[in-house]
Amino acid sequence: MGGLDLEPFILSFKLAAVVTLILFLIALPVSWWLSQTKCRCKPFIEAIVSLPIVLPPSVIGFYILYTLSYNSPVGAFFEQTFGVKLVFNFTGLVIGSCFYSFPFMVQPLQSGFESLSKNMLEASYIAGKSKLQTLLKVALPNIKPALLTAVIVTFAHTVGEFGVVLMVGGSIPGETKVASVAIYEMVEIMDYSMAHIYSAIMLVLSFSVLLGVYIFNQRYNKRIGVM
Amino acid sequence: MIDINIEKTLQGSSKDMQLSINLQIQEQEFVAISGKSGSGKTTLLRVLAGLESAKGTISVFGKRWLDGHHTLAVQKRQIGFVFQDYALFENMSVEQNLLYVAQDKELARHLLELTELSSMAQRLPARLSGGQKQRVSLCRALMKRPKLLLMDEPFSALDPSMRLKLQHDILRLHKEFATTTLFVTHDPSEIYKLAQRVVVLEDGKMIQDGSPKDVLLKTKGSQKFSLQGEILEIYKADVIYVAVVAIGQQIVEVVLDGHEAQSFIVGQGVQVSTKAFAPTLSALG
Repeated sequence: MGGLDLEPFILSFKLAAVVTLILFLIALPVSWWLSQTKCRCKPFIEAIVSLPIVLPPSVIGFYILYTLSYNSPVGAFFEQTFGVKLVFNFTGLVIGSCFYSFPFMVQPLQSGFESLSKNMLEASYIAGKSKLQTLLKVALPNIKPALLTAVIVTFAHTVGEFGVVLMVGGSIPGETKVASVAIYEMVEIMDYSMAHIYSAIMLVLSFSVLLGVYIFNQRYNKRIGVM
Repeated sequence: MIDINIEKTLQGSSKDMQLSINLQIQEQEFVAISGKSGSGKTTLLRVLAGLESAKGTISVFGKRWLDGHHTLAVQKRQIGFVFQDYALFENMSVEQNLLYVAQDKELARHLLELTELSSMAQRLPARLSGGQKQRVSLCRALMKRPKLLLMDEPFSALDPSMRLKLQHDILRLHKEFATTTLFVTHDPSEIYKLAQRVVVLEDGKMIQDGSPKDVLLKTKGSQKFSLQGEILEIYKADVIYVAVVAIGQQIVEVVLDGHEAQSFIVGQGVQVSTKAFAPTLSALG
């Protein structure tokens, strides 16, 4: 077991943590707006948000690569102005993963907000509270299971992604070689025993996380009196 | 004084309806708004609260709340609102529900004492009965010491004994806080017990406005006694017919002759009245 290189796992979890944090901050206002709006453009926005679920990761990866590479205006602008490269490094992975995992953060939050009693939110407005105060003090605390689901699923989904990461990040050890990419390479060079170990670790971790979420949800629902 | 003069088009299930209300309410009046479902009662309340838009004007104790397209935000109206489904903040204890509205611990304690909820102060709403939840909702609505208290069918989800307790609490708080109170209800006994004035809506228009006695008492001319009910069954007993009529929670039988039996159908709304004999009352049980 001496040869077990944990770096791809650390990288995977670091990536997932950063992406989850960023997406939470972006998805919170988006999902709140989607849940409250009567705007006719809502289906349009929803369709865009959900695109990454149906698109092949290679398509997303390709577009991101095309948009952010040095040859594109966006990529060139960032490189010339800030001296940052946006592809084939960790930053690129974060950007790609944010696009890829966005719907997994937005959708649970949105359906959580939509399930809230409209009157409860109105009671908060009548109490003189602003939309922001209502979101933070009333809406968010009352969708804890949805919130946890959103955070965990986004995290797990980012850990488990492969296509976008490979396209945008390549496989640079310590920089962009995450666990899923590492496993792919082990299989390619027919190092099955190592692939087994890595895969088993991923399996156990993923299962434990999901089990934890469902146990929490069951307990929460019991406490709040739903079940 | 509260002066309401509003128009709003409501989209009904079958056809659009025009809500058209012109209503003046005196300070500290207790007004019941009654009428069939879909007549616009709840919408009127929600427009007053600022939860829905409307055309026209609303002025409340000298302040303009609605003037053409300019509306005062719901947050700034300083009203109390009691929802039919309580709408308590599920994540907060009873006491926190009150304090969220206004950081006034003294008032919160006082309100909970009045409504006999002091021992429940630390409970979450999920652990309360329907009647307790509605009392918390009432307390919460009074935390800003509102001049205007609006209640949307506050009793409809409660059983009779709970209703009685809540009606008692509402009357007491209405007096103590000197609120002007509007409430939506279907129940004549509630109107009679609580309200000084009742406004009846039909298809978005006000069709009656007066004291509960004038509006609710159904006897006409020489009728001594008159009740509204619905025919549940008409059956033949020997040579006569008997109609079974539901009046409120009670069932009564009324004898009909053959000709009358032909003219009524099951499900029909009817008036049961008597002229010749004065009804007598005797104590229950």
